[in-house]
Amino acid sequence: MTRMDFLLIAPELWILTMTCVILIVDLYIKEERRGIVHLLGMVTLIFAAIITLRGDFGIDGTNSALAFNGTFIRDQMGDVLKLFSYLVLAIVFIYAKFCLREFRMFRSDFYTLTLEALLGIMLLISANNLVMVYLGLELLALSSYTLVAYDRESKMGSEAAMKYFVLGSMASGMLLYGMSMIYGATGSLDLQEVAAAVGNLSGDNYLLVFGLVFLVVGLAFKLGVVPFHMWIPDVYQGAPVAITLFIASVPKMAAFAMAFRLLQTGLGELHTDWSQMISILAALSIVLGNLAAIAQTNIKRMLAYSTISHMGFVLMGLLPGTASGFGAGMFYVIVYSMMSAAAFGMVILLSARGVEAEKIDDFKGLNQRNSWYAAVMAMVMFSMAGVPVFVGFFAKWLVIAAALETGLVWLAILAVVFSVVGAFYYLRIVKLMYFDEPVTESEINAPVDFRAAISLNGIMMIGLGIFSSSLIAVCMASFGA
Amino acid sequence: MPIFEIVFYAFSLVMLGAAVMVITVRNPVYAALFLVLTFFSAAAVWMLLEVEFLAIILILVYVGAVMVLFLFVVMMLDINVDPLKEGFVRYLPAGIIVALLMAGELLMVVWSKGRFEAGSYPLPAPNPQGYSNTKEVGEVLFTQYLLPFEVAGVILLVAIIAAVALTLRQRPAVHRQNPSLQVRVRRDERIRLVKMKPDSRQDS
Repeated sequence: MTRMDFLLIAPELWILTMTCVILIVDLYIKEERRGIVHLLGMVTLIFAAIITLRGDFGIDGTNSALAFNGTFIRDQMGDVLKLFSYLVLAIVFIYAKFCLREFRMFRSDFYTLTLEALLGIMLLISANNLVMVYLGLELLALSSYTLVAYDRESKMGSEAAMKYFVLGSMASGMLLYGMSMIYGATGSLDLQEVAAAVGNLSGDNYLLVFGLVFLVVGLAFKLGVVPFHMWIPDVYQGAPVAITLFIASVPKMAAFAMAFRLLQTGLGELHTDWSQMISILAALSIVLGNLAAIAQTNIKRMLAYSTISHMGFVLMGLLPGTASGFGAGMFYVIVYSMMSAAAFGMVILLSARGVEAEKIDDFKGLNQRNSWYAAVMAMVMFSMAGVPVFVGFFAKWLVIAAALETGLVWLAILAVVFSVVGAFYYLRIVKLMYFDEPVTESEINAPVDFRAAISLNGIMMIGLGIFSSSLIAVCMASFGA
Repeated sequence: MPIFEIVFYAFSLVMLGAAVMVITVRNPVYAALFLVLTFFSAAAVWMLLEVEFLAIILILVYVGAVMVLFLFVVMMLDINVDPLKEGFVRYLPAGIIVALLMAGELLMVVWSKGRFEAGSYPLPAPNPQGYSNTKEVGEVLFTQYLLPFEVAGVILLVAIIAAVALTLRQRPAVHRQNPSLQVRVRRDERIRLVKMKPDSRQDS
């Protein structure tokens, strides 16, 4: 243990310390002053970003720094994903504060649990050891299970949390089983050593491939891709919308990092084996996600199925196993978490006085009620559908290019066709907002920080689209492309 | 040394039998007790490998704490398990197909050349005298695996927060004692002095 180890892990230590501080501070403040907790949460994120940015460890796309006997890795991909995790979580905090106040659920548990989940996300992003991958994942998962059951009065919330817990535990079991096989075959838990051992292994490697299958199953559960997607719609619908907002945005980045670490860093030698499995998972997710979303009348469920299809697109980025492919996947997942945050932010905005705006019909005639919010939602929907100029288009473009690079023309065609199918349900929302009569005339009220955040989030959809090249360059450079 | 093999096979067979019983017996209390037997046998097999620390921990933690809690919950809640098993026959065909597939794959792996053949994993050399298992585990735990160890601690912290967040609730209708208020009570809050005129007794 040297000073360097602690410097490398400083952002994680900061988050953990502040979580404990919030936990204690909350005991001493009165109910009506609970805004302090929110403020502390935001301060935590801002300083975490500063600490992450300030560290100069000679890290770039090809160089990384190891800490704690190689269990922890700091590299550019990790740092970029962490920074975006802070950003999206800050947006989530702003949206959630308004929502939780409105629903009389404004407790400090939300902040401590999401910050613990963020710690799990960061450890998962920086994990360089099978044990660390598992522990980071469990930290994230345990916090998420609790968050889903956040509204104790809601039966649907408890049911969703139960389903999430049981299926999530099973996925963790699968993942552990796969890890034990890989440990048995390679004799190491360290991802670099695993990679070296796999390279040296001669003859048939049934045991490794067997372990890999379980690893991919566990990963697919966590990413929520078909056929391991069953929990996503129920959890998204059952959880309070503030929680859905969190679960649908930040953890996706961790899931991508986890897939990269396990599949590429650890088992890159088995690329031919896992790319087949991933391509099937991606194709099924894109097809089923987009088809099932059409039939939904509940917007949370619709966005859940849209998540499934988007995760299929993210997986396409992993397929070629090259730096540009991973860069594309990373860009997609960052863009997706922002889009997802904005979409659920709009659902929160329309929810009034303890009733969630769950129905798609709640968006009817939004243009007449408030044309700016309608424009924001339209931008988000256009971006999700992948309309050119909006950032979602460039994300889709890059991953489809990655699939073509692999020579999977059928998958690329499938992805394009089902993007068009998907555009139907995204544009239906736009149509409802602009061409239908509103069902209520009630005013849309929100505090100023909420309005600022959602406007910024909406403008990002087009701003990042026009100036997409810099973010793409950062993502590509993270993998040394 | 045949005694080694005899002990190994005896405990392994007991373990497998008990594990099968865990999932087949109807009474959940029996299932829990069979699970205890499974853990004991596993601990005995570990003892054969000279990993005393893990074997003792297995018994202390799983048998001593987890299973007792398990039995406690099963007996406290008196769950009627029959309705839970209703879907069993309906899901049986799908279950059997998945189980067979998994078993087939497992067998393929086990029988694939080179990995699990006799002699591919020789018995570890016996530890020298004075070798402390606990010390060895402690050494790697606080050097090589320090970070995972600490993160496991954080997970326990999250579990505490989660347990409190999910169960702590203030019900306004419930009457509670507040000792601090009780102590601070003043005399005039409890006693009301009433001035009354003395009665004139009539019966004397």
